[in-house]
Parts: sequence; structure tokens; C-alpha cells
Amino acid sequence: MAQPIDPVTLSVIQNGLQQVCNEMDVAFARSAFSPIISETHDRSDGIYHRDGGDLVAQGEDGLPIFVGTMQDSTRSVIERAKDLVPGDLFIVNDPYLGGTHLMDVRFVKPFFYEGELFCWLANTGHWPDIGGAVPGGFSANATEVEQEGLRLPPVKLFKRGVMDEEILSIIMSNIRIADQRIGDIKAQASALAVGERRLTEVLDRYGRDTVDEAIVELRQRAAQQMRAKIALIPDGTYEGEAFVDSDGVVDEPLRIALKIRKQGTDLYFDLSESSPPCMGPMNSVISSTRSSIYLAVKHVFPDIPINAGTFEPLHIEDPHGTFLYAVYPRPVSGCAAEVSQRIAEAVFAALSKAIPDLLFAAPAGTSGNFSMGGLDPETDRHFVCYLLSGGGYGGHPGGDGISNGCSTIGISKTTPVEVIEQRYPILYERYALREGSGGAGRTRGGFGVDYSVRLRRGEARASFVMDHGRFGPQGAFGGSDGGPNLLSVERDGERYVPPHLSKDQAVPISAGDVVHVSTPGGGGYGNPLSRDPDLVLRDVTRGYYDIDQAADLFGVILEAGKVDREATDRNRRDRGQAAAE
Amino acid sequence: MHQDQAVDVTVGGIVGVDVGGTFTDLILLDPAAPGGLAVAKIPTTPENQAYGVMAALEASGAELGDLAGIVHGTTTTTNALLERKIARCGLITTRGFRDVLELGRRTRPTSYGLTGTFEPLISREFRAEVDERLDAAGAVLVPLDEAGVRAEALRLLDLGVESLVIHFLHSYVNPSHEQRAAEIAAEVWPNPYITCGSAILAEYREYERGTTAAVNAAIRPVLDRYLERLSNELTNGGYERDLLVMQGNGGTISARIVAEEAVNTVMSGPASGVMAAAYTAKAAGYENAITYDMGGTSSDVGLIRNGRPSIHSELELEYAMPIHVPMVDVHSIGAGGGSIAYVDDAGMLRVGPESAGADPGPICYGRGGDKPTITDANLVLGRLDPSSLLAVEGSASIEAITDRIAETIGVPLGLDGMAAAAAVLRVANNLMAGAVRMVSMERGHDPRDFVLFAFGGAGPLHAAALARELSIPTLLVPARPGITNAIGCVVADLRHDFVNTLNVPLENLDIKAAHAVLADQAKAGQSLLDREGAAFEDILYLRSADMQFLGQSHILSVPLPSDRVSLEELRTLFEEAYWDRFAVDLPEIRPVLVNLHTAVLGRRTAVPLSRLIDTSNACPRMEDAVISRRQVWFAETDTTGSFHDTPIYARDRLALGAAFSGPAIIAQMDTTIVIEPSNQVRVDPHGNLVVTI
Repeated sequence: MAQPIDPVTLSVIQNGLQQVCNEMDVAFARSAFSPIISETHDRSDGIYHRDGGDLVAQGEDGLPIFVGTMQDSTRSVIERAKDLVPGDLFIVNDPYLGGTHLMDVRFVKPFFYEGELFCWLANTGHWPDIGGAVPGGFSANATEVEQEGLRLPPVKLFKRGVMDEEILSIIMSNIRIADQRIGDIKAQASALAVGERRLTEVLDRYGRDTVDEAIVELRQRAAQQMRAKIALIPDGTYEGEAFVDSDGVVDEPLRIALKIRKQGTDLYFDLSESSPPCMGPMNSVISSTRSSIYLAVKHVFPDIPINAGTFEPLHIEDPHGTFLYAVYPRPVSGCAAEVSQRIAEAVFAALSKAIPDLLFAAPAGTSGNFSMGGLDPETDRHFVCYLLSGGGYGGHPGGDGISNGCSTIGISKTTPVEVIEQRYPILYERYALREGSGGAGRTRGGFGVDYSVRLRRGEARASFVMDHGRFGPQGAFGGSDGGPNLLSVERDGERYVPPHLSKDQAVPISAGDVVHVSTPGGGGYGNPLSRDPDLVLRDVTRGYYDIDQAADLFGVILEAGKVDREATDRNRRDRGQAAAE
Repeated sequence: MHQDQAVDVTVGGIVGVDVGGTFTDLILLDPAAPGGLAVAKIPTTPENQAYGVMAALEASGAELGDLAGIVHGTTTTTNALLERKIARCGLITTRGFRDVLELGRRTRPTSYGLTGTFEPLISREFRAEVDERLDAAGAVLVPLDEAGVRAEALRLLDLGVESLVIHFLHSYVNPSHEQRAAEIAAEVWPNPYITCGSAILAEYREYERGTTAAVNAAIRPVLDRYLERLSNELTNGGYERDLLVMQGNGGTISARIVAEEAVNTVMSGPASGVMAAAYTAKAAGYENAITYDMGGTSSDVGLIRNGRPSIHSELELEYAMPIHVPMVDVHSIGAGGGSIAYVDDAGMLRVGPESAGADPGPICYGRGGDKPTITDANLVLGRLDPSSLLAVEGSASIEAITDRIAETIGVPLGLDGMAAAAAVLRVANNLMAGAVRMVSMERGHDPRDFVLFAFGGAGPLHAAALARELSIPTLLVPARPGITNAIGCVVADLRHDFVNTLNVPLENLDIKAAHAVLADQAKAGQSLLDREGAAFEDILYLRSADMQFLGQSHILSVPLPSDRVSLEELRTLFEEAYWDRFAVDLPEIRPVLVNLHTAVLGRRTAVPLSRLIDTSNACPRMEDAVISRRQVWFAETDTTGSFHDTPIYARDRLALGAAFSGPAIIAQMDTTIVIEPSNQVRVDPHGNLVVTI
């Protein structure tokens, strides 16, 4: 390697590597079976360094929570891999080996170029079921990982390109609706094959050494770019906290206590004051904890690239002895979907003190996971259906939060009502904007969703892993919190509210019973008394808030469809003074 | 049938006129006119596109009274949507579901960053609910509250609503409630603007169907008013024949009925370009082509297979605005002549997606733009004619542009101005090639199996480099790349599309029911063709089935050979198509028939392409076709390149059958074609340039 790589070739190779990952993403989603992968894009594909598994490039359309986890799982495969030959492919879903929850199944494949190991290709796909106590894997009161499903250490599912039917049969014997999984397995493996073909073309064109050198250089430059962003933050220590309602077993909130220290061009994340490990499934494995911080930072600085260099200036001390550093056999099914979003919320809260103009109030931050499984007497077939839901995003300096935004850690669509009703014995009674749920602020939070579903026939069991039931998403700079999550089951005219509010498992549901869900609204940003009264009037006209809320929350007095300016000014002045005193 | 109105090009001219964002292009094919052809290109008049259309007609010298037909492509509806200059719409929907149009599918505008905004097309105070409910099989669970419909319609009218949407859950399987509600509303509604979701799209997914219907309602009055103005102008000018309007599905429809399904005119411009490309490429002997139309802020990519543009029905016009009606599958990529090149904080050269737009525009415009664009780089490298700058008042000098590129790109990268400009082109071409590859890959194709068909103002400038990047062996540049969309209007057929959801596993499918759906779709198409009363020669039916394996959410469109397809054929066709697309076979899993689709085409008289060329200036000797020479930069390897003394040919001086090698620049009224040193060029009998890469 005589002279440094020229910067234009570097740009072109970066595009090339990115393209390889994007094509793997597309190939995976297009041919996958499970709607969770094909429709909600709960998957990710990337290229990893041959030595330590460090991230080289990752698809732009992948699920955000996987930005940091896959390099950890690739590393754990590298540490265990023996006798590698082309065509080998590992499957692994062990959460403690660089994962999230058991449903996130990783395929990791050594990539050989001209007979030599050049790098690793890997992808993650969320399987709809992985066995365990409840259909779908989100057991709200599991106390050990064994109850959450089948745990696979890194094993070669393909050897020299041929699927190992024995390993496959073990998997198939341990999961529900196994007959459809073969479609996802083939799609997941064929996406990596697409990556191999395209990466070979890139190497053929630019040469192995040049690409190798580019990978090193790109990493350095990504670190440089991240550092340029960090430099925007004043030196100091910033604290943020967030609470998980409960762990599903013990009805007490779990606290995430975060201190971010900014020094020079580095950020140091300290989570050591957080709650100890919990009994229930709200523990987070360390790779998921780290990834949550990475994705939160990327939400604040969306244009930074994703590769190992980006993470270099972000120093995360292992929070041993807390629920954010789960070790075997702690149950972890809530870490990817829920705890991750609370960690991100703590990051947002801390950074909003440092760089308020770039931040926003807290988003709903729960995936609203509601799964229901049973036997449909009409078809005599078992079914498992998942209803995910969004919530309001936080107000921000540029405007109000959007309504029904997806989880912070995902970028996925919900399944339409008509599709759900086609597939499952379920009828929606309503699917509506949740009025009043957006936290008041100069810019208000977006609104959550109110929906009710009725089981039409047969018997079923429902499980819920949601959050923000105890506390609504935090407002910022005087903005109010968004409305908290509400959940209840209506049985024979009686209303059942889960003891843990947002979490429960195997709740029996009979024909005619109705489940009601109200998802959180986003936090408000800035003092609600400074909100433009015309926007408050517009919000009342649209039925987002009622007239009393306009007066109580925003200090705006409406009279006959108009803003009473004088009364509003007087009211706001008095309340402003009262607040000052 | 329709003999009374037959379009006969031997008795009158036919006009294709396409209104684009910047220019209104017109082509007149008239055997009576000298050369049989006239073209016009004049600035678009955005406030009322009709003025530009009339001005173009005048510029072409067309005698309105003598014309046999006018086919019109318009961006009126697309612009109205993007600028939200739309009619006030109201919604009547199933109780409990009025917020479906606002809640969407739970997403956010960008993968990263939690800010951004969204406003639904119909604001919440104009969305009403009535009692009614069907289940997924179409059975009535709650009967329609007819009095409620009437009351809500009156209330919405009172609120100043002009255009009404009726959208009920599961209407795709049973439209009776929607139809009855529309009848009731029509009794009190003062205009024809009532849109039923199921009438626009009989497909499941309430957000997509409802939004598609809302789009239709929002632009219907806008389109109606525009076409009325245009028709009046035309009638006053003496025009007596039918006005046809181009649709996004690549077919035309009579102006008399187009507004009912106004949503079909969205994206009609890009569709007509691809139609012209399909027509031209087929005549040149190529059935499979990737089309590349590069404009100022973005580029459009389309796919043609077996001589037909690929059709899809999942456009997302902007964030959370899905439009699910069948249209020519044109994918827009964020790179155009105005895309800005810059060096980011990691020291990496980037191009786009930010564009200099028209104002201030590229540096070369001299309107205060100081950020280098792709166009500026093309000028510095001699690929665009630097002397053309002199002709434009106030434009920047080549030196000034080169200096600015050197300053912003060259200095941080350690390159001089020329090398920096070359780097901009290299990164831009690489990026565009990647995007084109993505488009074809997402649709399951390898670009190497296609020819590249380049048109638009800037497409032919980059096409040879793109073809090289993509390993596409052949590039086709049509005779008149700058007015391709207008040509598309002239060659397009009348077309109506019908989609119905069945959603039945093949093992449970009553094939007779499927045949009945196809027969009904064909009949509906015939009766629409009759109603619009425009002339056509014969009817062609294109049928396809959207299929998937049980449990999947993506669908795959499978062309059907006839309306009497058997179950076994369906199964085989799907398995073959699935293998072609994904190289995966899944004997383990059951296939499902999701939708049936029939396109009914009223075929219009074929237009001979040879009329597009004017050979009066053609030079038998190549050297006479050279109008000048200049230094033009070409890449030699990935990292090196140099200036070559390059002949500049005038396009109209190239004789049919002429053959020559690169390097060359071919100059034409509205486009510049770059031929790289290793390319071979042949002018085919239709006047197309066939370039071997």
C-alpha cells in the first residue's frame, strides 16, 4: 500500500459497499415470508470486518436497533468459528452473544474472495415465533430465558452451501407455524448470496487491496465526522432519566439513569446508577443497550454514516449490576422493543439540555406489542396475530410532533385493519386518533391511537408488552408529558385492567370480548402558554382538544369559533405571573 | 364502431402536446404539412397551462379546424397535489374510522430523525362518520344509516366542502353500501364530485384505498376546470374533434370523462415518456429497455419488458401519499443536472440530493448560484458547449465556474479545477448507475439484459457513461429526445384498468368466479370505451393476476394468457414468475390469488416513426456533418481521464445508415449527446442512434 487512496475512489467505493448492503436489504424484504420482515422491514443486512467483526457498512433501510448489534453477533461467531469454507452459514439468536431478543435471528456468513476470507456478511430477521411460553415470543412474565423460546448458539445451518436438514428439523420442531419459516430462511440466506455476488463485483473492479484500504480509511473518516458533530456540544455532564413501567413480574418501575459527559470530541455514557437486574423480561443485553445509544445519537444527527468508526467516539461503560447488562439466564424479550426506546429517551433528555435546538420532546416510544393466539373454530386452524401500534412524537423547535409515528427503534408500517380482519377472527370497533393525548407545549406532541378489537369466535389468549403506562412521554422545556398508554379488556361488561398497566400475559379472551388500547401521545416542547393561539383554535376545530383544554392547557380562550384575544392575553399574563411567583 | 369519429391521419394532423414543469412540448404529425411534421417547445405557463398549450399550437402552425385529434399530457393534477392547491374535500366513512386517513400506517418521514410533519388531504373537521359495517367477507354487520349519510352530506356542504369521498371498510369486496351512500349524497350534492373508494380501486388496505380516493377527490374539480378552459380555447380556435388526455397508466382517455378518475392523470408525463420509449425501442428491434430521463432536479427510470412498460400500482407521491392505481412504473431518483456537489465534514465528495433548482440554479446561470452542480461540471469538461454561455445574458464564464469548482471541491480533495469537475461526474455517474441498478433489482431484473434508452434534456449527456457503469451493451438515443413525452401522447392507446381483490388460496378458488371477474372487467372496459366515444381500431385486453404465497404480504404480478386460464396454469405461471424474480422455489407453501387485473386498450392507428425525422439536411459524407470541434474530457480508467479533440456533429446532418466512432458530441435543438471514445455509433432507419458501448 504505497500511496493513500484517492478521495474520489474512496467515495465511489463507499457508494459501492453501501449499494451491496442496500441490495441485500431489498432482496431480503422482497422475498421474505413473514410480514414482519417483508412489510414492517424488521430486518437488517451488513458487511463486517474479517478480524473483529467491526461494522463496515449497513443497509440504509434496516431496522435502526440493529445498527450496533450485528457487529457484536458477528464477533461472537468469529470467536467460535472453526474450519471455515465457502458456503458455510451460521445461524445464531443467543441474546447474550451480541443479540437482542430470541426472535431476532441472525445469519452470519464468511465471505471468501479468490479463496481467502475477506469479510463477513450478516443479516438479522425478526421471526414471528421462536417457541417459548407464548406465541410470538413476548412473554410478559418470563423469569428465565428458557421460557422465551429456542436459543441457538452459532451453528452452521449451511455447510458448503448445503442446508443441514438435521439442524433445520430441530428448529422446526421447536417453533410455531413452522411450515412458513422455510420461506424466511431461504429469503434470509439468498439475501446474503446477493451480497456475495455484488461484493465480488466491487472487489473485481477496484481490487482487494484498494477496497481493504478504503475500509480502513472510511472508518477513520466516519469517526472524524462523528467527532465534528460532538464538537457542537458544549463540554460538561448532562443527565437524563427514563422509566420502564415494570418488568412484567414485579410491579415496580425500572429506572434508567444516564450521565453523558462530553469532553473534547468524545462522549462518555454512564448508566451505572440504573436499576439492578429485574425478574421479568425487561432486562437488556449489552449489545442492545449499546445499540440503543447509537441509534439515539443517529436520530439527533441523522446524516452521520453507519460504520464502526461512527461509534468510536461514543464510549459506553458496561453497566454491570444493572438491568441494562443482562447475563444468562435473565429473560430479555422486552429489550429490543421497549427498554431500547427508554434508553433512547434518556439520551434525548440528556442531550436536550446540551443542544436544545437540535432536540425534541419524548416520542411515544413503545411498540405497543399486543399478540393474540388461538384456534379459529371456523377454519380449525391455529392463528397468532400481532398488532403493533404507534404513538405521538414529541414537539420540536420546528413544529408539532407527528401522530401515530412508529417506534423509535423501528421504521415499520402497521398491518391494515382490512388485512387483519381478512386473516384473523378479529373485528375492529374503532381505529381513531386519540384526542387530547399530545402533550401541550409551544409546539405540542403528536397524538396516539385509540383502538378496540373484538374476538369474533372461539377462544384466545392475549399478551401485551407495552410501556409508558405509568408515566407519559416526557415534555421538554416546560412542555407537558404526553398521555400515558392505556390498556383494558372488556369481558361480559366487566373491565379488566392489567395489574402492571402496560404488560400482561396469557389473558384469556372469549368470543365477544373487546380489547381497548390507547397509545401514548408525544411530549410537548416549550411553554404551552406561548403557543400561537390560532394553532390552538385550529386544533380545537379539528377536535384534537376541546374548548376547556384550550383554556386549561394553553391558556387560550375561545368564543364562538374565534380566539378571544383580550381574554387570552389576560389569562396567559395572570398564569405566567402565578408561575413566576 | 366509432366510424363517425375515426382519427385518420390522412385527412388531418394529429397533435401530441405535453406540459412539463419547464416546457410545453408539441409535436404535429400532418401529412399535408411540409415534411409531415412540426414541433414546438415553449415555456410552460404554470398559472394556466392552457395558455402554453394554445401558444404551442400556434407556434406549430397547426390549423385547429383541420386537426384530426389532440392528445394532451398535463401536470395540472400532479402540481396541484404537490403544492396542495386542491379542492376542499370531505369524507363520509365507517363509524370509528374517520382518522384512518390521518393516522396512516404508523411511520415517520425519514428513517433517522424524529421531526417532520404530515397533513392529510382531508382535514379532520371535514371527516364524518356514519353507522355501517361490513366484515371481511362482505357480509353486513351494521346496516347503512341512510338518514345519517344525508345529514352528514348536508353538514359537509355547509362547511364549504366541494368534493366528497365515500370510503367504507371492506368496500372492495362489497361496494353496495358505498354505492347507496353515493346515491343518497348525490341527491343533495350540487356538483358531480363524489368519489367512492371502491370505484377507484377495489383493493384491500383501507389507508391506501382511502388516500387514493381522497387524491382523486382533491384534484377532480381542478382537472375539470382546467380541461373546460382548454376545451373552450380549442373550440374558439375552431377545433371540433375529440380531446384525449394522457394517463399515468400509459393510455389515453377522453377529456369528457377523465375527471371522474382524475387520479389516473397523476404521473402522466413520465408515463408518456416511457410509452414513447417502448414504441420507439420496439420499432428499432429492442423489446427490453431501461429508460433514463434526466431533468434538472431528478431523473426518471422506467423498465420495458417484452415491448411493454412495466405497470405497478404502488406509487408514493410524497411521504404518506400512496396512490394505488395501475400506472407505468417510473422511479424517480434524486440526481439531476442541478444536483449540488460538495465535500462533507468527513472529506468525502458528495453529489445531491440537494438541487440548485431553477433559482439560483447552477453557477453557470449567473443568477447568484455559487454551489457547483452536475451541469457546471459538464460545461467545464466541454461536454456541454461552453460557447452557449456567451449567448445567455448574465451567465458566468467558464473560468469563473472552474475557479469555483476548484475552490469548493478541488482544494479539500487536493485536485485542480478540471480534475475536481471530473471527480464530480465520476461520483454522479456512479451514484446514478447505482440507483438505476437498484430500480431494476427491486423489480427482479439484471440491467445487463436491457438496452438503455436515454431521453430528456440531460439523459443523453450521461447515458454512455451510465451504460458503461452498468455493463449495458447498447444505448439507444431516439430521433427527438427532447420531445419524447409529446411523442408518447401521439403513440398511446386508449386505456382503462380494472382491479378486483379475491384473496383466495388456489386450492379454494372457484375458477369460474375468477373467469366471471375477468369477463366483468372486460365488459366494463368496453362500455367505458363506448361512453367516451373516441376513435380506435380494435380492442386489446391485457390480463394479470397478483399472487403471493400464503402468509406473505408482497404480491407478484403474473401476466395471464387468456380470460379462461385454468387453475393448473395459474399455479405454474406463478411458480415460474416467482422463480424468475427471487430464484427461490417454495413447493412447501400454498399460492394465493390476491387480485385480478384487466387493462382494456382501444388501439389507435399506428404512427410511423419515420415521420419524426427530417432528412433534408442529412450529409452523405460524415465530415460534412461536423459543425465544429472542441476539447472534451473523457474518462480513461476509473481514476484517469483527459481532454480529446472531439468533433461536434449536428444531429440533423447525420444520414440514415451513417456509422462512426467516438469520441463525438452530437448537438441537437434541445439536447446534447456524448459519445465516449470507445463507442461505436450507427444511425438506424428510424433515425435513432444505436450506440455500442
